[in-house]
Amino acid sequence: MSWTGKILRVNLTEGTLTAEPLNMQWAQQYLGQRGLASKYLLEETDPKCDPLGPDNKMIMATGPLTGTMAATGGRYSVVTKSPLTNCIACSNSGGFIGAEIKHAGWDMIIFEGRSPMPVYLYVENDQAELVDASEIWGTSVWHTDEWLHNKYQDPLLRISAVGRSAESGCLYAAIINDLHRAAGRSGVGTVMASKNLKAVAVRGTLGVGNIKQPERFMQLVNENKAILAANPVTGQGLPAYGTQVLMNVINEIGALPAKNMQEVQFDGAHDISGEAMHEPRKSDGKPNLTTNAACFGCTIACGRISTIDQGHFTVENKAKYWGNSGGLEYEAAWALGADTEVNDLDALTYANFLCNEDGYDPITFGSTVAAAMELYEMGVITDVQTDGVAFNFGSAEALAKAAEWVAAGEGFGKDLALGSKRLCEKYGHPELSMTVKGQEFPAYDPRGIQGIGLNYATSNRGACHVRGYTIASEVLGVPVKTDPLVSEGKPELVKAFQDATAAVDSSGLCLFTTFAWDMTNIAPQLDAACEGEWTPEKLVELGERVWNMERQYNMQAGITRADDTLPERLKSEEGAARTGPAKGRFSEVEKMLPEYYEKRGWNEDGAPTDETLKRLGL
Amino acid sequence: MQKALLIDPDKCTGCLQCELACSYEHEGVFNPSKSRIRVFTFHQEGRFVPYTCTQCSEAWCQQACPVDAISLNTDTGAKEVSDSTCVGCKVCTIACPFGTVNYNQVTGKVIKCDLCGGDPKCVSACPTQAIVYVDADQTGYEKMRQWARETDNNPAASA
Repeated sequence: MSWTGKILRVNLTEGTLTAEPLNMQWAQQYLGQRGLASKYLLEETDPKCDPLGPDNKMIMATGPLTGTMAATGGRYSVVTKSPLTNCIACSNSGGFIGAEIKHAGWDMIIFEGRSPMPVYLYVENDQAELVDASEIWGTSVWHTDEWLHNKYQDPLLRISAVGRSAESGCLYAAIINDLHRAAGRSGVGTVMASKNLKAVAVRGTLGVGNIKQPERFMQLVNENKAILAANPVTGQGLPAYGTQVLMNVINEIGALPAKNMQEVQFDGAHDISGEAMHEPRKSDGKPNLTTNAACFGCTIACGRISTIDQGHFTVENKAKYWGNSGGLEYEAAWALGADTEVNDLDALTYANFLCNEDGYDPITFGSTVAAAMELYEMGVITDVQTDGVAFNFGSAEALAKAAEWVAAGEGFGKDLALGSKRLCEKYGHPELSMTVKGQEFPAYDPRGIQGIGLNYATSNRGACHVRGYTIASEVLGVPVKTDPLVSEGKPELVKAFQDATAAVDSSGLCLFTTFAWDMTNIAPQLDAACEGEWTPEKLVELGERVWNMERQYNMQAGITRADDTLPERLKSEEGAARTGPAKGRFSEVEKMLPEYYEKRGWNEDGAPTDETLKRLGL
Repeated sequence: MQKALLIDPDKCTGCLQCELACSYEHEGVFNPSKSRIRVFTFHQEGRFVPYTCTQCSEAWCQQACPVDAISLNTDTGAKEVSDSTCVGCKVCTIACPFGTVNYNQVTGKVIKCDLCGGDPKCVSACPTQAIVYVDADQTGYEKMRQWARETDNNPAASA
């Protein structure tokens, strides 16, 4: 049936660990991972709770296909209430720990309460224990990973951990697994650290064996692997360039936000692109990119493994950064680079390494640095705050320093650790924060791509591209090409992408499969593996149910229609795009929103109607 | 004609599809810890290296086995473990210089690559052709071809 049927409940306040059966009725309605964990969170916690208090819970959840051979079947999600947005947070990560949790026999681990002292959770199949973490508290993710591997003398241990940024309260701290994969957004790492939980170390040797129709499943797995291999995006573009394949493409269509989203194109885009990562460096003749890398079971392999030039100013005499580690993906390269106008690829890679080493989100970090740079150039933030570091756009030195400060939680890093909303409010310019619901935008400009702007405004976790990636349609033509500059028809497109994504995020598979697959590829794999009947229609409805449930959580947490919007800069004539194909354009979000509500079956205040809730079984 | 597994780490992405296919074929479960082929990650170097039994002609494991549980499959060249004969003494795991024979504590027997009877599932599962199954006498053919091109002294290439 593909689920293990077991949940590990960890009460950190009491120090107790309990095995309990998975609610299989909910599994049929919410599948797993994002959907199922959100259901548990909504049922078990008050959405008004303090996200960093003991009443908030944090759930690490796998999907039914996690740990199987289905291509990309290694995903897990961390679901909790976000300290950055005060909305529901769901951060999805690949790497290997998701499959390891499943192979140890668990669908989910629910953490509740707060430990009186720093601990980590060690899981070996059905044996689990909380262990004193005082020796690793105050150290980085990378150190924690090495320490745990040494302690257990087990190279096969898979580890998720938080770093120093989370411990010092950075509001966008990530949970890093397998050294450089991240449940990255919305501050899920901050919640983990607030519970005094340093790490989760898992070893699973039971595997997944209870596939409903094994022969059919294997046949479908193989057929669908072939489809991924034959597709130009999943079979060629992503393996060769990673998500960084997009940098030049998005810049050319005038939708690459730059200079804290004052501009929509960046002159240095090529210097920080996927293509540039392949080019030999002038200094040592080696390319930034060493190889591509896969997460568990993934036949796409978009991950980047990179090095920094040993002579680069960021790593001089710092040998620990001379080896290979997780390299730049598009969103990180954009936030650390284009938005700050830093075109130094190695400096960006260094900042990215630090984001992994001490666990914080490069999108929010880079955007916050960009906001601080704008404030610095306005004279609002001065050398007094930055300790004498000239904090101008384009400064690689400022970016590197900022990354070091946030990693350690010191100096001006304490301001930067607030995220751009709180930082800009603190310095009296809330209008300069490029956020929705307190979360920073990713790398697609809503002035040049209308649909994505509506998706940002309505995303249940604040501005986010992977809640409804309309870029697939508006830029890449998947499944059909729509005009990015046109807002007509976008509410329906956004809804369709959001619902489908919620279903994929609940399955254990990676969203990137949907460049080549649709629900008619995913549903049969679920149907062959899982108990119940899984049709494409049922999956889409499940996605819509998950979306509405998240909306219910957010409305109970205090979100209103007023929060479903974009910053003035992006939706007003004054902020209109100044160059490129989108010149003169601004987001028509306010025009699209009422139609979006209507398509969703929500009232004009953005609340799901009774009829909608009833239709979805909520 | 016997064939052999040929592994090219340059092509490996570390996805573990080979381990999943192997454990599924032999144990009916997706479980890397029960796979006869393993992929090793060398993080600092950015390398992924699949590794499994090379089916030695004079196999140490076979020679060390006190109950003759390991025999040659003359069709494939694989050294295969007979579960009904194996007593789980693990002497073969000590004898193997490469570590590719391992004990399975669930069954009390040892496990090693048996080339899936001539249709190795790791090969069909690998998305990048990092593992291929080729004529056992010609495993170097592709590499020779690459070097032949490299060292071809045609004037245009060396100009």
